Amino acid sequence: MSKLFTISPSPHVHSGDSVNKIMYGVLLALLPAFIWSVMMFGLDSVRVTLIAVAACVGFELLIQKFILKVKPQIADGSAALTGVLLAFNVPSSVPSWMLIVGALVAIGIAKMPFGGLGNNPFNPALVGRVFMLISFPVNMTSWPVAGSFGVDAVTAATPLALLKEGIKSGQPVVEILKGLPANMDLFLGNMGGSLGEISALALLLGGVFMLIRKIITWHIPVSVMVSAAIFSGIFWLIDPSKFADPIFHLVTGGLMLGAFFMATDMVTSPMNPKAQIIFGAGIGILTILIRFWGAYPEGVSFAILIMNALVPLLNRYVKPKRFGEVKIQSTNG
Amino acid sequence: MLKTFKIGGVHPAENKLSASKAIEVLTLPKTVFIPVGQHIGAPAEAIVKKGDKLMVGQLIAKSSGFVSANIHSSVSGTVKKVETGPDTSGYPKMGIYIDVEDDIWDEQIDRSAELKSEINLDSAAILAKIQNAGIVGLGGATFPTHVKLMPPKGMKAEVLLINGVECEPYLTSDHRMMLEHGEELIVGVKLLMLALNVDKATIGIENNKQDAIAKMSGLVAGHKNISVVPLKVKYPQGGEKQLIKAVTGREVPSGALPISVGAVVTNIATTYAVYEAVQKNKPLFERVVTVTGKTVKNPSNFKVRIGTTVSELIEAAGGLPENCGKIINGGPMMGKAFANTEIPVTKGTSGILIMPEKEAKRSETMPCIRCSRCVSVCPMGLEPFLLMTLSEKQMWEGAENEKVMDCIECGSCSYTCPANRPLLDFIRLGKVKVGALIRSRKP
Repeated sequence: MSKLFTISPSPHVHSGDSVNKIMYGVLLALLPAFIWSVMMFGLDSVRVTLIAVAACVGFELLIQKFILKVKPQIADGSAALTGVLLAFNVPSSVPSWMLIVGALVAIGIAKMPFGGLGNNPFNPALVGRVFMLISFPVNMTSWPVAGSFGVDAVTAATPLALLKEGIKSGQPVVEILKGLPANMDLFLGNMGGSLGEISALALLLGGVFMLIRKIITWHIPVSVMVSAAIFSGIFWLIDPSKFADPIFHLVTGGLMLGAFFMATDMVTSPMNPKAQIIFGAGIGILTILIRFWGAYPEGVSFAILIMNALVPLLNRYVKPKRFGEVKIQSTNG
Repeated sequence: MLKTFKIGGVHPAENKLSASKAIEVLTLPKTVFIPVGQHIGAPAEAIVKKGDKLMVGQLIAKSSGFVSANIHSSVSGTVKKVETGPDTSGYPKMGIYIDVEDDIWDEQIDRSAELKSEINLDSAAILAKIQNAGIVGLGGATFPTHVKLMPPKGMKAEVLLINGVECEPYLTSDHRMMLEHGEELIVGVKLLMLALNVDKATIGIENNKQDAIAKMSGLVAGHKNISVVPLKVKYPQGGEKQLIKAVTGREVPSGALPISVGAVVTNIATTYAVYEAVQKNKPLFERVVTVTGKTVKNPSNFKVRIGTTVSELIEAAGGLPENCGKIINGGPMMGKAFANTEIPVTKGTSGILIMPEKEAKRSETMPCIRCSRCVSVCPMGLEPFLLMTLSEKQMWEGAENEKVMDCIECGSCSYTCPANRPLLDFIRLGKVKVGALIRSRKP
C-alpha cells in the first residue's frame, strides 16, 4: 500500500481570515481615536486604557482558568477589545478602581456567563459602561476639558449635557449652540467627553479602515448615522429654536464611536444586511429620542443595548434574500 | 460593468499555474482500471469477461437505464478481470481491468486531426450519438448529457449556455481546450443547439482568461446566434444556477432544474466530447486533466485515457513532491480528497491537485463570532451558520424550512469563516437527513 494522505471534505482552501485578525484589525482601527485622546487628555488616557484592557483580559483569564476550567483563549483579542471600548466610553478622569469594577461587570456578567466569545447577547463594554454610569454618576459625568491636562481638576460638561441643561433652563437652542464649539471643532474633537468618543474625524478614519479591510460592512454605521440625521433633522426643520441641527447630533457624544465600533460588534448585531439596516436605524432613532426627551443627555449606549435585545428577533424574522425565490420567468414550468 | 451573479460569492487565489501549458498526450499506461459507475445514476453493466480482446473505443459496459451512461474501452488489449477496485469515493467499485496491448482503434473512429464542421444529422440522430458515446458532464458532476438534452414533457429549452467559466482555482483544462480546440468547440455548440432545437447559444468565460475570450469571440464573429460573454471573476460562477443568472438574468426557482427557465448548461470539455462523438464517431474514453499544485515540479494539462492511474499523471508532471499532504480530485473548493495515488482517472476527473502538508490540514475551530460573512458569501442566499446549528442540534425540519436543500455545496461559507467552522460539513449532513425525510413523506 502506498502512503496515505489526508482526507477531508471540501473546501480544501481557506481565506486565511481569522477571529484574531478581525479583533486586532478593530484594535488597529481604534488607534487614531486613541492617539487623539492622548493628545487631548494626556497620560490619563493611557492609564484608563491600560487598566481597562488589563482588567478585562485578566478577568477573562481568571474565569476561564479557575471557574470554567477551560484552556484560556485570551489571545483571540476579544477581551482586549472590550477593554479598549470600555475605556473609550468613560471620562479620562475616572478612578482606576471604578474601571476595574466596570471591567468585572463587562467580562464577568455580560460576557462569560453566556458562554464567552460569540454568545453574549449584549455588548459587554456597554454593559460595563452603563453599570458604571448608574453606579458612579458623578465620576462618570465630569469630563476633563480637552487639552487642559497638566492643570488639575478642570472639568466641564459635554456639549450634549450643556445643550440639555440649557434647554431645561429655557434658553433657545440657537443661543446655547453659540456658546459651544462650532460643528467643525466638534468634528475634529475639540470638546469634552469620554476618552475615545470626542473626535469624529479619528473615528471616521478607523471606520473607513475597517470598511476597506472588510472587517465591517457599511450597513450598520450608515443606517445609524442616516437615521439619526433624518430623525433629528425633521425636528430641527420643524423648530430650530428647540432642537439642534443634525450635524451637531452626528459629531457630538458617542454617535460615531457607537456607529462604527459598538453597534457593529459582530456578536451582538444581526446576521444579514436587511436586519442590520433595521438594527442601525433603530439605534439612530432611539439615540435621538433619548437625547431629545430622555433623562440623560446622551443615549447611544442605551440605544445600542436596547437594539441588542432585539437581535434574536431580527435574525428570526428578517431573512436574507434567497436565491430562487422567484416566480417562474419562462413559459416553461 | 462585467456581468456576474448577484448574491454572494468569493474570490479565492486563482493559482492557475498550468494556464500556459499546452495539452500534452500522456503516454499509454500498461494497465487500466475502468469503473462501470463513472456518472450520476445507475452504474453501467459490464458486457465483457476475462480474456476478451478489446479495441480502443469498444463498448465494455452498457448503460443500465435512462439516467446512466455507456462505458467504452480506452485502450486495446485483454480483459484481465472484472472485479471491484478503488475509485475516488474510497469504496470498492465494480470495474474492468485491462492489460494494454498496442493501440488499435475501432475503425469507425475518425482519428484525423482535420476539422469536420459540416453537420448532416438531425436532432434525434445527434442525441443518439451522444447517448451511445457515453457522454456525461465533464465539469465534475458527471450527469449524463443526453438526459440534460431531452427536457421533460411540457418544458422547452430556449437557450444553450456553454460553461467556460472554470471558476475553480488551479484548474485550466477548459481554458486550454478553448485556446487549442476553439474551432471544434463551435461545431460542438452547433450540434448541441441542433439537438436541443434552440436558436441561441452563449459561451460564458471569466475575465481572467482574456486569451480564451479573444479566441472564442473571434470564432463566433461569423455566427449571429452564438455569442461570448465575458464574466467578472467570482466563485462559484461555474455553478449552473449562478451562470444562468449571470448570463441571462434568469433565476432558477428553488428546487427546480435549469430547464424551468429554459436554459441548458454544458461545459467546455463536454461540448468538445460531443463534437468528437458526433463528427468523429469517437466515444468518450479520454479527457484532459490538469495536474497541478504549488509544489508540483511541472504543472501540466494532460490528455489522458480513462482508467489511467493517477500516480502516472503525477509522475509525468514531475513526480509526487515529498511534502505532499493531500491529493484532490478536482479543484480546491469542491474537489474530493483521496487517500492514495492508486486511483483511476474517470470521466469526472477534471484535475489532480496536490497540496503540501501545511495546507492539507484545517486550522483550529473557534467559537462562531456571528460575523455573518457566511451569510454574505452564500450564493444561494442561505444562512450557513444557522443551518450548521440546526444540523448540530438535529433539528431537521428547521433545516428544511431554512432551505438547506438549496445548498449547492460550493464551500464559500467554510472558505470564508474566520473561526474555521466546518459549516459545509454540517450542512451536507443536514442535506442527507432532510433528503431522507422528504423521500419518506412520499407515498
